Amino acid sequence: MSSNEHNETDNQVVPVTQTSSEVRLPNSQLPLHVLRRADVDPIAAGRAERQVSIMFLLSAVFTVLATITFFAIPVDKFIRVPGAGVTQASNLALGVTLGLAIFLIGTGAIHWARKLMPDDEVIQSRHSYASSNQIRESVMQEIREGGIESGFATRKIVRRSLLTALAVLPLPAVILALDFGPMPKNELRETLWTKGMRLVTDPTGRYLRPEDFSVGSLVSAHPENLHAWEEENHNLNARAKTSILVVRMTPEQLRTSQGEGWDYQGIIAYSKICTHVGCPIALYEHRTHHLLCPCHQSTFDLADSGNVVFGPAARRLPQLPLGVDEEGYLVALSDFQEPIGPSFWER
Amino acid sequence: MSTEITRGPVDKSIDGGIKYLDERYGTSGFIKRNIKKVFPDHWSFMLGEIALYSFIILLLSGVYLTFFYKPSLIEIVYDGSYLPLKGIKMSEAYASTLEISFDVRGGLLMRQVHHWGALLFVAAITVHLLRVFFTGAFRKPRELNWVIGVGLLVLAIFEGFSGYSLPDDLLSGTGIRIASGIALAIPVIGTYVSFLVFGGEFPGLDFMSRLYTLHVLIIPGIMLALITAHLMLVWFQKHTQYPGPGRTNNNVVGYPLMPAYMAKAGGFFFIVFGFLVLLAGLVTINPLWAYGPYMPDQVTAGSQPDWYIGWLDGGTRIMPNWEIVIAGIGTLSLNILIPAVVVPGIMFTLLALYPWIEQWITGDNRAHHILERPRNNPNRTGIGVMSLTFYGLLWIAGGNDIIAQMLDLSINDMTRLIRVAIFVAPPLAFVITKRICLSLQHSDKERLLHGDPTGRLLRLPSGEFIEVHEPLSDNVKAVLLARTELPMLQPPAEVDQSGVKTPKLWAKKLQHRLNRWWYVDQIPMPTIAELEAAKHHAVHELQEAQALGLEITHDLPEPTKSH
Ligand code: HEM
Ligand code: FES
Repeated sequence: MSSNEHNETDNQVVPVTQTSSEVRLPNSQLPLHVLRRADVDPIAAGRAERQVSIMFLLSAVFTVLATITFFAIPVDKFIRVPGAGVTQASNLALGVTLGLAIFLIGTGAIHWARKLMPDDEVIQSRHSYASSNQIRESVMQEIREGGIESGFATRKIVRRSLLTALAVLPLPAVILALDFGPMPKNELRETLWTKGMRLVTDPTGRYLRPEDFSVGSLVSAHPENLHAWEEENHNLNARAKTSILVVRMTPEQLRTSQGEGWDYQGIIAYSKICTHVGCPIALYEHRTHHLLCPCHQSTFDLADSGNVVFGPAARRLPQLPLGVDEEGYLVALSDFQEPIGPSFWER
Repeated sequence: MSTEITRGPVDKSIDGGIKYLDERYGTSGFIKRNIKKVFPDHWSFMLGEIALYSFIILLLSGVYLTFFYKPSLIEIVYDGSYLPLKGIKMSEAYASTLEISFDVRGGLLMRQVHHWGALLFVAAITVHLLRVFFTGAFRKPRELNWVIGVGLLVLAIFEGFSGYSLPDDLLSGTGIRIASGIALAIPVIGTYVSFLVFGGEFPGLDFMSRLYTLHVLIIPGIMLALITAHLMLVWFQKHTQYPGPGRTNNNVVGYPLMPAYMAKAGGFFFIVFGFLVLLAGLVTINPLWAYGPYMPDQVTAGSQPDWYIGWLDGGTRIMPNWEIVIAGIGTLSLNILIPAVVVPGIMFTLLALYPWIEQWITGDNRAHHILERPRNNPNRTGIGVMSLTFYGLLWIAGGNDIIAQMLDLSINDMTRLIRVAIFVAPPLAFVITKRICLSLQHSDKERLLHGDPTGRLLRLPSGEFIEVHEPLSDNVKAVLLARTELPMLQPPAEVDQSGVKTPKLWAKKLQHRLNRWWYVDQIPMPTIAELEAAKHHAVHELQEAQALGLEITHDLPEPTKSH
């Protein structure tokens, strides 16, 4: 009751004390009801009636047109509409005809209501929602008595044991949820990359060689076994982790690297998955060597160990150590040395 | 109407129906009490109606879509009639959405009705909420309906996001990827939550069918229940009304349900429906065939989520990259948690609790059925505009790349700018709004005392110039005078009569302080004496004018009889 200085004394709806305004209000009445044309002029009324029925009839006409449209225009027909470009003809025709058929029922009904139905404002009084004090008291009494009769209020042990039982009952619901998925093991730390795994382009699956890279070029690549893995597992989980970006810089441009000898003649590879919340990164500015994530604009400097230079990402892009195998193809020297993608608690 | 109505066969069967129902269910009493129920009319009361009708349209179009859509992430090779994607590997979900768009007659129309409907639905709820806020319609006795409304807004955002994710195109999949990143950021249990939600690693094969159950059953089911409760409460408590002649806190002035109101509301449903179908026919929305199927290693630049997700995206964009590594314990990703969980959590909690916060400050525990004009509650209006400014800046931040390009700024500068503005602009908006409200209050008072200026100058015999004022019409007066004033709270007593220290004194002191701040610069309503004096003055002025032979076009106000 601390704040109820202006509390109502009982449960009646007390009119808001309009301070002095109730006294001041110029004796409050509804504004005069103005008759409409159609109320006094039978010709105007007749005109309104015609307008309304024309709208309803037009609606019916459009429904018929929509039906014809449905059969007459094949779904695979596209047309060029000035201003809107190429659109599906059947969508356009159905949308316009059906839309008008529905819309006209609405305008007809509203026009009818506004022109021809009674438009007198009416005053209705509000009644108090609250019951009388007497009824309220007796309800409180009955509930109190019910508590006593059932023994809920008095039999402490029964009450407490029931509350305990109810409190632990939701536990199975939580336990059932545990089989929604396997518990995490090492999945967030491991990818398909291993020592000697060749880099292939996506989607052509061509093996990459150092000669494929000129300075400044950027290529998206995968481990060579990704395709086979997907054939076997039918999901995209591996792809979401293994994807890398490969760039070539001159050795002078490459200022720092996450590991000694992780580049191959200036060719370096970084995880393509943003360390913020996991979007694939796409925009490379080869002059600054900055890589920009289109989702929230985290910017990474590939010439400087993939460190964050701007944006909400907190961690550098993990680098994949590169080398070439005896046949001269680019290969990974190991898996990533730190988890790729978004941070997680146990990282 | 009292005229004798002749009864045709139709009337007879209607009568029969009423009798049939009444004998079994006693329905006539209820109908009798409600068929002439009065509803106040105002354009802003249609906002809630738009929300309701869009929801119904979403149910209808959504159910249609379920007949074709397959919530499956199994990879297949597309073989439908959209040639540019023929032979491409994609999920069944994406393929079925393409099928709806290109192989089902009217399918694209339904998809677009559904998507435009979703955009309109969330927009209508939002603007409806603003109307309720700025007019104080949430005050006692309608606090519960306010909370239901806030709940509906939150659910609508989740429902929209889940629907947007169903087609499994490149854009929607990117949204899910972001959601998975947010789940991973939850302290301690994040990894487990993410593995349970996705049935293992992202993306896995399970989440689409789970999302589908959420989208077509659980969330709409809860929303349907809440909307029903919302409307029942409006019905039971009766609608609020704007101030005006004849309107008091104890009545409702408006139009009876039967027939005009019913016809208008029913007609309006068809207008909203027809509008959405026309829009769906004329304007492409979410052309997901152009984005291609979701691949976790592909992304498009400049992609934007649906409008109601923009502010969440924006917060995530402008957040500095704070991450705390607690050695040996765990990684706390504040850069994700703050914008995606903490700030929205605080915003929605404050929004839901607002009626009680204001009630606590004002100490106002009365029932209100007359809406307040925003100017008459400068603090509330200020808080509203402040919050909108905050929201708006987050929303702008969601398009910072696009806006930076338009303004020819670098994205980094744009982001820094918003980082500063998000702290500076909202308080500024509050102060400016409050000032505007107070000066409007002032001009209301002037109008009450002196009437409206007519622009005609009058030279008095003394040589002084005065402007002739026209007295306000009763209708205008009724609006201006309907303002309610509350006395300020008394300072709390340190001890009660028996000398016991007041419990929670600090809270009461804080309440008292806030209460003072809330009311202190309010322009007081003119007192009765002031109004009388002004009236006498006006009479005098006009008499003088008449004496000078000036033509007076309006009646002299009658001096009020003393009470
Ligand atoms: C109540 C609010 C609802 C909202 C805000 C909403 C929103 C959305 C959105 C934005 C989409 C993506 C549409 C696209 O561009 O393809 C969608 C898809 C879908 N919705 Fe809803 N929806 C709602 C209710 C429902 C209901 C009640 C159902 C079914 C009972 C439903 C069934 C579907 C289906 C099957 C899809 C996928 C089909 C497709 O995307 O082509 N929706 N929803
Ligand atoms: S996911 Fe890359 S910046 Fe957010």
